[in-house]
Amino acid sequence: MSLQEELQGPPPAKLVVDHVSKWFRQKRYLVHALDDVSFEVAEGEFIVIVGPSGCGKSTLLDIVAGLEKPDEGRVLADNQPVLHPGRHRLVMFQESALFPWLNAFGNVMFGLKLKPGLRNSERREVAKFFLHLVGLEKFMQANVHELSGGMKQRVALARALAPNPRVLLMDEPFAALDAMTREQLYGDIQAIWQKRRKTILFVTHNVREAACLADRVIIMSPTPGRIRQVFEVALPRPRDFNSIEIAQHATKLTAALKEYGAPATVATS
Amino acid sequence: MRRTLLAILFFVALVAIWTAIVRAKFWSPVLLPSPLNVWDYLVGASRDGTLLSASLVTLRRLLIGYVIGIAVGLPVGLLTASLTFVEDTIGVLALGLQTLPSVCWVPLALLWFGQTEGAMLFVVVMGTVWSVVIATDTGVRTIPPIYARAARTMGSNYFHKWTHVILPASLPYLVSGMKQGWAFAWRSLMAAEIYVTILTGFGLGHLLHYGRELNAMDQVIGIMLVIIVIGLLADKILFSPWERFLHRRWGTGRK
Repeated sequence: MSLQEELQGPPPAKLVVDHVSKWFRQKRYLVHALDDVSFEVAEGEFIVIVGPSGCGKSTLLDIVAGLEKPDEGRVLADNQPVLHPGRHRLVMFQESALFPWLNAFGNVMFGLKLKPGLRNSERREVAKFFLHLVGLEKFMQANVHELSGGMKQRVALARALAPNPRVLLMDEPFAALDAMTREQLYGDIQAIWQKRRKTILFVTHNVREAACLADRVIIMSPTPGRIRQVFEVALPRPRDFNSIEIAQHATKLTAALKEYGAPATVATS
Repeated sequence: MRRTLLAILFFVALVAIWTAIVRAKFWSPVLLPSPLNVWDYLVGASRDGTLLSASLVTLRRLLIGYVIGIAVGLPVGLLTASLTFVEDTIGVLALGLQTLPSVCWVPLALLWFGQTEGAMLFVVVMGTVWSVVIATDTGVRTIPPIYARAARTMGSNYFHKWTHVILPASLPYLVSGMKQGWAFAWRSLMAAEIYVTILTGFGLGHLLHYGRELNAMDQVIGIMLVIIVIGLLADKILFSPWERFLHRRWGTGRK
């Protein structure tokens, strides 16, 4: 398989979340994390899920990833039920989940080595390609602790993109970054998404981030986690995080979030 | 360079103070020999080969016991960290036995194995294995669960997860556990050699013991110095490179 073929890879997948409910048993009570959540994601669509903490959005992402099992309902990826984690749905986590015992290159290679059908030289080529794509070709041999927060998340992005998944799941990947770095990454991720079309499910509590990135925004409310409203964001790309239109959309999203209310009690996340 | 110089100066000062105390004749020279006496003993013992052969006998015992201790302790520690029923059984046993000073195994070893190499080995292994189990267990439990989750999404299955995620992630703990195991093995062996008189090999502990029997204080102090130096060298040669590697990779420790 040539590098070009490998980089082209399979087309993005269609996702169906079908009447998913989830409860968590705590010591004294039962937390209703997700209540009858249903939606569909088209091939190559960028969906952002927004909601306050405790609305079950991260749980939902875990279920789509196959890391958690729903108590009711099911998730389909290209009409196949999701039963366990799989290489076609890779996750980029909020905190850096990079492996400190590997350098940047080793981290990107980790998922590639688990992908069959490639020669090792090809794996190295692919890893270099993606580190280049996120602008870190000079930091391939850097240890994880030597990278800044933004660079770490770039490596994490390269690691998630490298095995060429069909779905990218992003769990507040920029939440821990400073505003400047984050804004730069909004631009980067849009550019990368244009080049390497993936179906993306992106979770955040930042409405402006949602308006800037999403084709559609799903608003969730907590206790129990429910879908409240779905917004289309029909703005041309690439979008400028600081533009008036984004701000206007963000205002609408904020109003919707307020309408469905902060929970009366403090929600457990 | 400056640090080496400071260290040398420090030890020279120690020897000077020692000499001064001997000169002041507070204690009888039988109880406190001068550094020169100790040096003479060490040179003599090196010349006739007793020191070297005793060191080799001791190191051989130590190495065999230590390797067995690690080979048993590491997998058991991984098991106690991952299976609840092993944690509730062997884990509790390990915790209990780890608190037992290793010299307490000597009477039992003597009765079971007699005055043999087996008794020595038994004491060393018992002194090593439990601390390695506990350190490994702690190491595995301290790994952030997100590593395993991330690896699972990338297709890491059970076995691969252990070899490529859990083990490397707990490496800092494993190394400190192995270092601790080494220290425990060393202590246990000295206890065993001092208390167990055997004819199959004359170790440093025996030299120490006979130094006491013969009231040869120069021998006692000389052997103690040798034991200290071996411990120090082991630390510098066996563990320092690992620790430096870990500090560089993980970004821990002083720059």
